[in-house]
Amino acid sequence: MKIDVHYFAWLRERLGTGRETVETEAGTVAELIDELRARDEGYAHAFSDTGALRAAVDQDLVEFDASLDGAREVAFFPPMTGG
Amino acid sequence: MEPVRVQKAAFDPGQELNAFSATVPGAGAVVSFSGITRDLAEGALDVMEIEHYPGMTEKALSAIHDEAMTRFSLTGAMILHRYGRLAAGDPIMMVATAARHRAAAFAAAEFLMDYLKSRAPFWKKEVTPEGARWVAARAEDEEALTRW
Repeated sequence: MKIDVHYFAWLRERLGTGRETVETEAGTVAELIDELRARDEGYAHAFSDTGALRAAVDQDLVEFDASLDGAREVAFFPPMTGG
Repeated sequence: MEPVRVQKAAFDPGQELNAFSATVPGAGAVVSFSGITRDLAEGALDVMEIEHYPGMTEKALSAIHDEAMTRFSLTGAMILHRYGRLAAGDPIMMVATAARHRAAAFAAAEFLMDYLKSRAPFWKKEVTPEGARWVAARAEDEEALTRW
């Protein structure tokens, strides 16, 4: 399946892109992270500390064990700093 | 007036508060909070860049707004948050709440602030003559959610 993956803040800067379409068989957010890490050193480094990252599926904040079943859009970003 | 707005343009908190107050007849209490771009200790902030996640931002803020309306039986509530480039002293965001009595209006304003601090997808970056750095989330902001 194809999923739109978005990156924000320092993760976007580190990866050099804010958005890409990913062809994946991942069943969960964590599995998608494993696939991204396996791509190259840049991704492996950016996703090395998942404790410093948050994820959203179809624009809802989720835990990393969340299912990607039917998902169209996944986003990764550092903890939010609004207000 | 839209209860939730995410915008690049500057705004005047006083004007917004007056406009909001005009939409809540019958409220006995209106509380507002404005967040202002803080300078760094040495007056070294060139600009504060605020990034957000279009779509999710509106969705998250609307959910927080609706939750506050119900939980505190509010007469009205508004959230306005800017993104883009801001200078020290510029208003970043504001919330206003209206209720029959002040306790609910005060509590709802704190609730809105606590939630949008760490549940609305905004990220701040401070740009100084020495370079730029992303503002780190504070553990206290996350802990503040446990009281609700």
